[in-house]
Amino acid sequence: MIRENIFAISRVLLAGSLALGSAPPSLAQENTPPATVPQPAQKEPAAPAVKMLMGYVELADDPRYDEDRAEAEIPVRPLGRPFDATAVGISDAEQIGKVIGVDFAIERKSGQNIEELIAATQAWSEQGVGFILADLPAPQLLELADALIDRDMMIFNVAAPEDALRGESCRENVIHVTPSYTMLADALVQYLAFRNWRKILVLQGPLEGDAQMVAAVERAAQRFGAQIVEVRPFQLTNDPRQREQSNVALVTSDADYDVVFVADTDGEFARYVPYATQLPRPVVGAAGLVPSAWHWSWERHGAPQLNSRFEKAAGRRMAGEDWAAWTAIKAVVQSVLRSKSTDFQPVKDYLLGERLTIDGFKGNPLSVRSWDHQIRQPILLTVGNAVIARAPLEGFLHQTNELDTLGVDEPETACQF
Amino acid sequence: MISKIRRYGCVALLLTTFGLTVPAFSAGTGLVFVSNEKTHNITVLDPKDYSIVKWIETSRRPRDMRFNNDNTLLYVACGDDDVIDVIDVATLEVVDHIPTGPSPEVFYFSPDDSLIYVSNEENSSLQIIDVAEKVIVGEISTGAEPEGVVVSDDGKTVYVTSEVADMVHVIDAETQTLTDNIIVGTRPRRFVLTPDGQELWVSDELSGEVSIIDRATNQVTHTLQFLPPGFRQVDVTPVGMEITKDGSTVYVTLGRANHIASVDAASKEIKEYVLVGSRAWGVALSPDENTMYVTNGLSDDVSIIDVPSMKVTQSIPVGRVPHTVRIDD
Repeated sequence: MIRENIFAISRVLLAGSLALGSAPPSLAQENTPPATVPQPAQKEPAAPAVKMLMGYVELADDPRYDEDRAEAEIPVRPLGRPFDATAVGISDAEQIGKVIGVDFAIERKSGQNIEELIAATQAWSEQGVGFILADLPAPQLLELADALIDRDMMIFNVAAPEDALRGESCRENVIHVTPSYTMLADALVQYLAFRNWRKILVLQGPLEGDAQMVAAVERAAQRFGAQIVEVRPFQLTNDPRQREQSNVALVTSDADYDVVFVADTDGEFARYVPYATQLPRPVVGAAGLVPSAWHWSWERHGAPQLNSRFEKAAGRRMAGEDWAAWTAIKAVVQSVLRSKSTDFQPVKDYLLGERLTIDGFKGNPLSVRSWDHQIRQPILLTVGNAVIARAPLEGFLHQTNELDTLGVDEPETACQF
Repeated sequence: MISKIRRYGCVALLLTTFGLTVPAFSAGTGLVFVSNEKTHNITVLDPKDYSIVKWIETSRRPRDMRFNNDNTLLYVACGDDDVIDVIDVATLEVVDHIPTGPSPEVFYFSPDDSLIYVSNEENSSLQIIDVAEKVIVGEISTGAEPEGVVVSDDGKTVYVTSEVADMVHVIDAETQTLTDNIIVGTRPRRFVLTPDGQELWVSDELSGEVSIIDRATNQVTHTLQFLPPGFRQVDVTPVGMEITKDGSTVYVTLGRANHIASVDAASKEIKEYVLVGSRAWGVALSPDENTMYVTNGLSDDVSIIDVPSMKVTQSIPVGRVPHTVRIDD
């Protein structure tokens, strides 16, 4: 239980821990690091901090983090484990924590299977841990959510984009930070409509995720006034008998289109589509212009600072899943700060409430959609080393919040908690 | 603005220490200086007809600018080159550079101009630089992404925002130690001190508010919310502010809401909104306070407002992503 007086004390003397003095080095000479000068001791003894532990679960052998895919920098794949972002999240939280007397920390559990992770989260729950980040594929995420349904726990989905998780398979104890397939498709098709590149040839891969992406694009085309010219299957294969589906020029011939949308959640086929199409057309989707939650080259809204902090901490560039993990921690810390409590219910209420404003470094303040617990957010439209546009595009309007033009809106949701 | 104590002899001594000849004293030319982040220069406008007098090439990514006490020199923080450029106002040339920590953004002088307090965006720190020696004489850790810096008139207290930690750090200038932290709104950016020294106003960009702090107690006493016509709460992103010399009115730029607001400082009431350009961040008043200049970062121009009628009379195109505007008064 947090004591009221911890928050009533806004005056915390941090002289000892936060101030550094330095002997004046002359910059005209060499750059010697400044010497630290001993600081006066704190004037008042600080009250002991309340610990707020968060959990993080992942699968040890998760094929989504295959190293070869990461090295190839395939845009739709993560660049590394999102847990790497939690170091930045906790470090950002520490400054706030010192002032409000809360010691934020995160514990990682990497399991061989979902049963191990369920056991770990149940043990955390006994300790009073209320907030967990989950980097899990959709089926395992649902198993975890169901196992914890009767506990005071909230799970942050940082890596699973499936629409059903926000729709018919939604769970009240899950908040989705990473965007859904629908949001990504909406962002991309808004851009295509904006540019008047409305005729879309869709190439669909064999995976379940590919089918979901196609469904999302078809819905988006109808919403924003684009036209799916045709959906053609592709296969990643060298078998000459399947060349109609593997040869990019063949699979994109005999049709009239403005762009080629490649629905390829694996990413390896899409990688070789740009400049291989029969007609000279932009490629979008899993290669070419790729919608994403984040990009390392994003220049506005303070993003370079976040990217640089992440790169220093993780030794690599920041991708969408990393951003989602960082944002989840930020959401919890903000809610603790503003609800003035570390107890589960007040923090959860603030998270799901109307006053939550998270700075996700994408411009608009982020908050949680009440109807499906998806965090509403701008989506970046990216090419290899740049962001070409940020959705929602100008001109796409909404009654209450333009961010809700991306994804499933309240009147249409299939989610019923 | 705060009244300036002019110590000509001290300044002359400082300048000769730089190795410069003492420049002619610039008695308020009224020239308007606008820093342009992406074109790495400063646009100098003539206040009579707003013609462009000169483009001053600076180090890369010029942002905040400050005059010294007698307005003979203009200092510009150049974020991509980690340096503060020094411009001779009489000749409109860069005459010196002061090295800083990584990515200096906003800075403020001590009352006697001998020290610069500068926030280093990338390093989570406030650095204290001896201007004459061009040497860093102190560094104080802050929360992530410090930005706004202001020094009280008596030079005893320095305030700096941490954008990520949503707080204002209070620093004792003499001991160079952090003595307090004040939690404000989301993503606090800039400050304004009232001339009577009693209040500190802070713009909270992402919660769309201005927090007003009572300096005696370090408590937030008021929170102002803005809503200009045609915009939603989420679009309101206040950044730069300016206060009249008599402390009666505060002007607040509203960022993506493309307006500035005029606030009665005593009653805290919002008097009116004026539509300016795209992403208004910087604001400055002419010496007679009859003209206001607002920099619009995403329409690459400066809006010129006639204050008595509170109407925009002109928009002057400047460089790319104008950031700060300062007037030689």
